[in-house]
This record gives sequence, structure tokens and C-alpha cells, in this order.
Amino acid sequence: MKPALFKYHDPDSLDEALALIGTLDEARVLAGGQSLMPMMNFRFVQPDHLIDLNRIAELSGIAIENGAIRIRAMTRQRDIEFSAEVARHCPILQAALLHVGHRQTRNRGTIGGSLCHLDPSAELVNCISVHDGARIEVRSRRGRRDLALTEFAAGFMTHSLAPDEIVTGVTLPLWGADHGYAFAECARRKGDFAVTAVAALIALDRGGRIARAAISVGGVTACPVRQAAAEQLLVGQEPDAEAWRAAAASLAFNNPLSDAYITAEYRLHLAEVLVRRALAAAADKAKQRRADA
Amino acid sequence: MPDMRRISVRVNGKDYDREVETRLTLVDFLRHELRLTGTHVGCEHGVCGACTVLVDGISVRSCLMLAVQANGKSLETVEGLAPDARSLNPLQTAFWENHGLQCGFCTPGVLMTLTEHLRAHPDSTEAEIRDVLSGNICRCTGYEGIVAAALQAARLMRGEAAQPRGHA
Amino acid sequence: MTVAKAFGASVRRKEDPTLLRGAGRYVDDIHLPGMLEAAFVRSPHPHARINGIDVSAARAAPGVHAVLTYADLPDGMREPLEMLQPNPSIQQPFMPHILAKDEVLYTGETVAVVVADSRYRAEDAAALVVVDYEPLPAVADCLKAIEPDAPLTHADGTSNIAARMTLQAGDSDAAFLGAADIYKRRLSLHRGGAFFMECRGVVADWNEVLQTLTVHVATQAPHRLQRALLGLLGFRDNQVRVVAPDIGGGFGPKGPVYSEYIAVCAAAMQLGRPVKWIEDRRENFVATNQERDQSWDMEIAVDAQARILGVRGRLVHDAGAYIPWGVVLPWISAATVPGPYVVPSYKIDIVVALTNKIATTPVRGAGRPQGVLVMERLMDLVARERGLDPAEVRLRNMIRPEQMPYKVGITFRDGRPVTYDSGDYPACQRRALEIAGYGDFPERQAQARRNGRYLGLGISNAVEATGLGPYEGATVRVLTNGKIAVYLGASTQGQSHKTTLAQIAADHFGVDIADVEVTTGDTGMISQGMGTFGARIAVTGGNSVHMAAGEVAGKIKALAAQMLDLPESDLVLRGGRVEVAGLSSEASAKGNISGLGKSLREIAVKSIGQTGFAMPAGSTPGLESTAYFMPEQSAYSNGTHVAEVEVDVETGQVELRRYVVVHDCGRVINPMVVEGQIVGGVAHAIGNALFEQLVYSDDGQPLTTNFGEYMLPLADDVPHIEVHHHETPTPLNPLGVKGAGEGGTIAGIAAVIGAVENALLPFGVRIDEAPITPQRIVALIKAAGGPAARAGYGG
Repeated sequence: MKPALFKYHDPDSLDEALALIGTLDEARVLAGGQSLMPMMNFRFVQPDHLIDLNRIAELSGIAIENGAIRIRAMTRQRDIEFSAEVARHCPILQAALLHVGHRQTRNRGTIGGSLCHLDPSAELVNCISVHDGARIEVRSRRGRRDLALTEFAAGFMTHSLAPDEIVTGVTLPLWGADHGYAFAECARRKGDFAVTAVAALIALDRGGRIARAAISVGGVTACPVRQAAAEQLLVGQEPDAEAWRAAAASLAFNNPLSDAYITAEYRLHLAEVLVRRALAAAADKAKQRRADA
Repeated sequence: MPDMRRISVRVNGKDYDREVETRLTLVDFLRHELRLTGTHVGCEHGVCGACTVLVDGISVRSCLMLAVQANGKSLETVEGLAPDARSLNPLQTAFWENHGLQCGFCTPGVLMTLTEHLRAHPDSTEAEIRDVLSGNICRCTGYEGIVAAALQAARLMRGEAAQPRGHA
Repeated sequence: MTVAKAFGASVRRKEDPTLLRGAGRYVDDIHLPGMLEAAFVRSPHPHARINGIDVSAARAAPGVHAVLTYADLPDGMREPLEMLQPNPSIQQPFMPHILAKDEVLYTGETVAVVVADSRYRAEDAAALVVVDYEPLPAVADCLKAIEPDAPLTHADGTSNIAARMTLQAGDSDAAFLGAADIYKRRLSLHRGGAFFMECRGVVADWNEVLQTLTVHVATQAPHRLQRALLGLLGFRDNQVRVVAPDIGGGFGPKGPVYSEYIAVCAAAMQLGRPVKWIEDRRENFVATNQERDQSWDMEIAVDAQARILGVRGRLVHDAGAYIPWGVVLPWISAATVPGPYVVPSYKIDIVVALTNKIATTPVRGAGRPQGVLVMERLMDLVARERGLDPAEVRLRNMIRPEQMPYKVGITFRDGRPVTYDSGDYPACQRRALEIAGYGDFPERQAQARRNGRYLGLGISNAVEATGLGPYEGATVRVLTNGKIAVYLGASTQGQSHKTTLAQIAADHFGVDIADVEVTTGDTGMISQGMGTFGARIAVTGGNSVHMAAGEVAGKIKALAAQMLDLPESDLVLRGGRVEVAGLSSEASAKGNISGLGKSLREIAVKSIGQTGFAMPAGSTPGLESTAYFMPEQSAYSNGTHVAEVEVDVETGQVELRRYVVVHDCGRVINPMVVEGQIVGGVAHAIGNALFEQLVYSDDGQPLTTNFGEYMLPLADDVPHIEVHHHETPTPLNPLGVKGAGEGGTIAGIAAVIGAVENALLPFGVRIDEAPITPQRIVALIKAAGGPAARAGYGG
């Protein structure tokens, strides 16, 4: 299982990378390599040119700016996992990362790579989905544009970028200091791709009722999907088992996935179970953080 | 036409300069170019962990890295663990004491994973060790001896007395 | 200085320091001058005719030295490979060619081999080989394959049935006629593959000067490959040497003679350069033999006391497209069903089905896990239907120790009647249940249910044939430098032979195991050999070492007696010397009583005689003996496994909470090694019970082709496994040992499946399949009207 021949390029600036991507045909961009290299070893993909982004320092970094967290595309999953900024401001990313692959894959894998690969159950993509107003920065020689996730994802493991574009970063508007969060996943074994996964964010009002809720379900459809009906149902409710049951009963999915191993029926079933569990955990987290504050 | 590059890599403290095909994977570079065959190939798609090495102290799947990507970096492989030709390091010794290997094929990858982990987390619990080991597949041992070895190694590295095995 | 007895001690392994340093030498670590690398072109179709192969572009590709197809093979290699064990019941003995002749029978079958400067280049060129395939109808499912209108697996076959046979004992019809109750169970089992961490591989090295072929190969059976090559090449005896280096796991599928090894030898001889082929993991999924599906349709008849009157039914076994192992696997499965129970009448009709998939040959357990699963599911069924305790039902039916040796009434694949030699099955079960807290379990289970949690406990008893014949020889030799060498023909893949055999030999010579060097798997070192499989080496190899070492030790004493002019009865071997019993080493080494001891080195030098002098009367040259222990029949190990699980009935996920094994493999050479084998075997069983499945499309296209889809148990999936020994030595060999290599897997699957079913009893769910997945558990609960259905969201 050896890769086919290619010409290797390792630019050390973003401008150089964009110039290469803009001019070379049959080129692929190499980020963490945890998804692309297996495909190249299997010869499922055989690019003529491989553009390695790993030497471009300006493509890495985590920053808090204007009430949002901005993570550049080549930031390693490992660095997000251990970041104090993320722990403080956007902890659901760390909760999700515990389910992502294994130590070694998180050491090299990047947020940009995961996003562009668009595996239906990718935990980081699910986390982007659960954040209202999330923006994906896209650059080319022609300039910059920002996309919502729904604009970025075109279909099953397919993004909508032009051949000369790359993702350079992701910006997630932050929730309040004591928001509740949970990431609940069913995978066959530790670190496996999720069968179904739920990212949940909850904010409680002063009276302890639900002020705001965000629920994103991954693994059921090609791209993680927000559950608007369930979210609206929750606003103003007491955070109790009845609310979770009602929310879980009002999920909606278009074209649930089915393959040789997992049926659509089981994914839908798990979505309902995991939404209940994630909401309960997120609400508990919110109460706990409020008590700790 | 093969695409070639010159690279300089430090492995277990020794510097190597080589010209390699850019598609050569890091594990093949170590094994066939440098003849450091201790690191093994198990799957070439990043699941089994047999190829695990440390790059600048951090564990990676060397089957998913290209040799050219290691240019200028410092690697540690299993061959660098033992202090000399006559002795083993505490982690290796713990494996020997606890029947932590049978066929030995997954062992180098397991040792490198645990080397990284125990350096950062010398107080690991059994659950944490099983968790970090989930990136290394063993088909022989059922993980029992590996976990026992890791726990003993952690104790040794913390400077506590080594616990004797429960066998004769 | 007295040396502690090595036999029975958990000594650290001699293998470990080298392996821990990364200094092991596996086949892909071998680099020979001028060595080239091979890649195979394999069929992408489950069934197709080959109308032509164009290798011109491949031959012209950079770095390519040769491309071979069937047409390029030497004359002696044009026939199909030989079947391991023919049997009169085999109607269609299909076997593969070394490279496909004109028909491919499974996806992955070898069609051509490319030899180039590197594996990278070889793969580049392999992609340029153009094969004109004409796809033919194919069949994947073994039950569908035996239906009358099924597509033919082989275009020139008469049906998809390779063999039919019946295994029986007693009078089944009478037993069922008179039965108080008859219970039925249909079971479908999947066993998957071995998936050792090191894939297969070979380096073939033709020496033009010596006209010899040396084959370095990760094989469990070096002599088997040597014999095959001698047959195909028509060489003289010393022209083929097969050497097994360190091997990264065998588990069965590294035993057969594969077409790739022969093709690589042909290429090496043609090119006059060493050729290496290493299977990659993608190939491993389609090119290494597996075990796969069995479909059992069974009935059990019991009397009013739930005692078994008879077991009967039908087994359909998925053989794949070729049958290198003949009917051996299903025979073993069927012969294993009775297990530790008294089964007065027994009848299994076996149908061996041909399908367009790779051949099935033994994978750890070799058909036995399936037999155990069948019987244990039947026992649980009887218990459930009769409202009896599952442990009690088993105990009531168990063979008692005073009934040993016990004739089961059927014939085993070795042609002998299945006769259990020794073992105390009731004691093992009792002890396992006690350790597992069986008495408290009903209360814990009830309490958990009140809290909405579902615990389950499963019991499994297995009896395993081990130590298969005909033999495995060993040579023991004391060299003129005083060192002790042991040679075993069979190779080793992690079973610690280099330590355990050293333990046996060391005791004979009174030395430390560090002073005994064990070499395995080299046909150049011992002339006859069978291989490592079926948990046989402790019995066959161990006893051969015991016999040979005993013989050499005896010779040493006799020679020392002559040299010291003392009776043999006064002498003892210890610390690398022969000394007078009762005199300490210090005393005899003091010098002033020199002559009261001799070193092994001195005796060895004496033993080879002196140039010009006659040998002393009654002695033969050298300190060496080769022994072939030949067992008369299998030695039967046994074990009881108890598994405790918790099932999350909303998600279907299963967590193993506790796992207890009581295992009896007779006398134990090294307890630590045996435990390692049991635990490793149980991990494999957990894989089979909950995770491992090779999925094929309806027409035989493998869909599970990587480790993301084929799930091996990880460290988080295997609980701490508690292993307890029970020792009933066997009378069948001098050491009293039985095999231990497969026991963990053989009993394990049934224990886990049983535990899952037990957890789901409140829902009325029956588990009649392995593996059982979370998705399936949720579906079964739903079908039985359980909580999943009540949730209301079903999609």
C-alpha cells in the first residue's frame, strides 16, 4: 500500500501556497495527513501534486477576539485539546476531541483537515455546526470569503470550495461564561468514527429555565444538522427529563444515511437517545458552572 | 520521473542525511533506508499503531507521514529506548517482568506510545492507560500484561518501589 | 549451588530483551544484497473468466525486472496446490493454481506477480497489467449457495457442495422419539480472520553457486512448505531450506502453503536474485485464509430431569472457493459440540458449501468455538424452557472425573475415537462460579434491574483436543564448548517456545534457562516437522525435548561415570557440571578433590572421541539426541468461562464487567505464559462475540477491507481477565501436559453471548448469532416489544 508518484511542494507562506494551489492541476493539499495519507496509501487518490501546508506557521493559532474564538486551519487537534483558551471559552471542543481518534492521530490531525474531509460523524464539524454564526474562512489568490457550514458542505464528504481555494480558519461566536455543554457519542469502540453524535449547548436564565439551546446531530445525515424545532421547544422550559423527551421526539432529518454496517433506523434511534442524554448533561454542566462561579 | 529531496533527520540522537523519493513514507524511510527495523508496519492506514514513533517528543503514525516531512526534526524510535547494549530502560524492564509481549510485533509502537504518555502523566490510572493504548492494537496479549507493565513502569518512574509480580 | 526447578515456574522470557529493543528479525526486516520486491496483481472480481493478460506496459515500467503469469511458471508449477487432508466424503476437491490459469474464483486471487526494485515501483507496474476479465455469476452466502438454482461457484463444478458427511454416535432417532422434551435452535455464526499484526511475507533466495533455495517465510509450518517445494521443483533434499524468522502472530492462517510463496520462489529462481514479497493489510483482507460462516440447525432432546438424551442437526459450513483443509474444520466443529456433557446419542449432517470467497482454514480455535457456542446455547435454552438454573443444567449433564477416560462415541479428524483422557469438569465449573460470585448474582441482577440497568452472566464450558499428532521432533545437543542447543522444527509466533522448551531442557541438565539456546522453525536443523497450530507444541515439542534431553543427560552421566570411575547413581547434573551427589560445588571445585566433577564442556569434548583412537566401548559420537514424541491421540484440555456484562438497552452497547476463567491444561510449564495465552484467546473471543465481522456483498465482493471496518478489540474493550489454573495431568505423555493456546477463544464466545442474552431476559430476547452488535440488540429488543419500541421514534 504505497502511494503513487507525485510532485511534492512544501511552501512556507500562505501566499506561496495559494499561488501553487492556483496554478497546479490535479493537486491535493496535505494537512495533518490522518485522512489523506490512508487514501493515498490505498491509492484511492493519486494526485499529481501534493502541497504540504505543515510548514506554514501563519496557518496555526488560537485566539479570542470580539467575543469569538478563531482557530486557524492547521492548528493541531492536540493543541485545541490542551489549550487553556479553549478550556475557558469553548470547552465543548475539548469534550468532543476526547472522542476523536487516538492520541497519535490528534497529535497530527488538524481542525482544517477534519473540516475539509467532512466525514458525516466528524466531531469537530459537529461542534462548528452547533455554534450559531460560525464562519469558515476561505482563501485563494483571488481573495477571501467566509462561509457558513451549510454553505461550505456540498454533499456527502464533499465541500463546495473551488479547486484554488483552501480553508484558513474557523471562527465560533462564544456562548456566555457559564453555559452548559455536552458532547454525547456512540461509537463501536474508543476512538472509532461515531455512529451518531450529539453536540449540545445550553444557557440557563436567572430563574434556572432554559434561555437558549443549540443541538447538532452528526452521523445521521451527510453533514451534521441543527435541530431547530427541538431548540425552539426548549426555550423557556424547565431543564428536566420531560423537556429532554419532548426535544428528542421532535428531531428532523433529511435522507438519513445507511450502509453495509449501520442502518438509518439505528442512527435515528441513537439520535433520540443521545439528544436526551446530551441535553441532560449540558444542563447539569450549566448548573454546576453557575454554582462554581 | 521520481521526485527526490535531500533531508536531514536526527534519530535517537544520531544525524542522518539522505536523498529520498518524496512519496517514501517515514516508516519505510526508517526501516529500509536507515535499517532501523524496530518500528513495524501493520496496516498503512493509521489504525493499528505498530508504526508509532516520537517526532519532537510527540507520538505519530509514521505510516501517515512522509519522510520529507521529518526534515529537520528529531525522532525517537524503539531502538533508542535502552540505555546501552546490556540493559533495558524501566519501561522495557516492566514489560519483561509482566509478560507484556508475546509475538513482539506491536511492542515497539506500544512502547513509544507509553513513553510519550508516561513522561507527561506519570500518575496514570489503569483506565487512562487503557485509554491511551486504544491507539495500539495487540492481537496476542489481550492487553493484560501490557497494562500491568505500564502501571509498574509508572511506579518505577515515580521512584516508588517496584511491586513484585504475583507469580513464583 | 542448586538450580531451582525451571519447569512450572513463571520465568521471564528469553525472547523479550531482543524484541523489546526492536532487534527482532521479522521477514520484512531481512535485507539481502540485490534483493528485489514483488507485488501481486489480484482479481477484482469474485468470479470471472480470464480471456487474456497483457503485461507489456508493466514489463516496460521503471525498475521492473519481471512480470510472471501462469504461462511464465515452470512446468512443475502448473498444477493446483495439494490439499492438506483428503477425505472420501469430498465430492469436488477444488484447489487453487499458483497464478490463476483461466478462471478466478474470489476477489483477491493471485493473477500475476511483478518484481521490481522496490515495492513502490512494483505497485506502479502492477497497476499497468491489463487483464481481460469476463465476470461470471458468483455466490457469497453459504445457505444460498446450496440451493438448487444458485450460481455455480466454479464454472465447471457440478454443484456448490464440496463435501457431505455425517458424524454420529448412538441411536439418534430412538432418543428423540422417546424424549420428554425437544428444543430447537438455529444459530448463525461468523468467525472472521486471524488478523495478526504482522502480515504474511516471504523472501526467496536462490544461491546459484550452491544451487540451493533458501526461503525465509513467516510460516507456522516450515517443513510443510519445504515438502511442497520439493514436490513442485523436483529438487534434491538439501536444495530447499525453509527458515521461519521471528513471526508477528500466526493464529492459524500462517500455516497453509500459499500460492504467493511459490510464485516468489519461481521469480527468484528465474531472476537469480533474492525476491521479497510482503503482504500489505489491504491484501491481508482478501489474500489470507479466514474462517467464516457456519449455519447450524439443531435440536436437543432431554428427559424429565433435563438430562440430555440426544443432540442432532445440520451444519452448513462456508468453505470458500477452494478447500485446502478438506472437511477438517466442520469436522472439528461437529466433534466439539458434545463438550463436557454426556450426550448419549448424536448426529450432525455436515454440508461443506463452496462460495466465491477466499478459502476457510483454521483460525485460533479451528472450528471448536462454534461447536462450543452451539452446545452452550442449547444448554441455556433447556434451562430457560424448564425454568432451571443454567449452571445446574450443565452440572447435571457433566461427565464425572471418575468416568475418565471417556469415549464420546464419535470419531475425530485424526481417525481416532474421541476419548477424553482426563479432567474434572464439575470442579472447574464450581470453582469458576464461586470466584465469579454466581451465588450473589441473581440478587445483584434484580437490584440493577430495579435501577433500570441490565446485568447478565454467561457460563461456557469447553473441552478441547490439543497436542495433535503425528509428532513434532526436537534435537538436543551439547556442544564441545559446553553450551546446550535445542532445535524444534515448528516455528514460533509468540507462544514463548524458546523459553518453555528451555525450561524443560534446563531441568535435565541442572542449568539455568539462560544456558539453553532454543532455535525454532528451520528445516536445515531438523529433518522432519509438522508445524505450530492446534495448541500442540507443549505436548509434541515439549515431550520430544524432554525425551531427547533425558537421553543426552543419560549419556552425559554414563560418560562422566567412566571418566570419574564412579557409579552413575553417585552422580548428579548441576550448574553446568556433573558432580558427586552429596558433595557441594564448592567442595568439588576446590581442586584438592579434583576429579570429583566434570564440566559439560569436558564431557562433550570426550564424547566426540579422539583422532586415531577407537571410541570407548558402548558409546556413540557426540552428546546429541533427536526424539519425535508421537502422541497416540489428542490430549483434552478443558475450561469454564464466566462472563459478566452490562447492556445499555437504549443504545445496545455491551460492557464487559468481569471475566473469570478456570482452565485445565494439565501440568503447566510456565504459568505466566499459559495465562498470556488464555487472556489473548479470550480477547479474540470478545472480538468474535461483539465486534468482528467480514461483510461481503451478495455476489461475494469483500466490503470489509480495512481496520476501520473490521473491528479488533482494543485495550478499552477487554476487561481484566482472571485466570485460575486447575491441573489434572494427562496420562498420555511423559510430561503430563496439554495444550493451552486456543482455550481462551474456544470457550469465550459462548460466555459473552450467553451473558448478553442473560442480561436481556426481561425482554424475551434470544441471541442466536455471533457477533451480536448494538444495532442488532436494539432491533431484537424492539421486535420483542421492549423499551426501544416504546420510545416512539423509529424512523
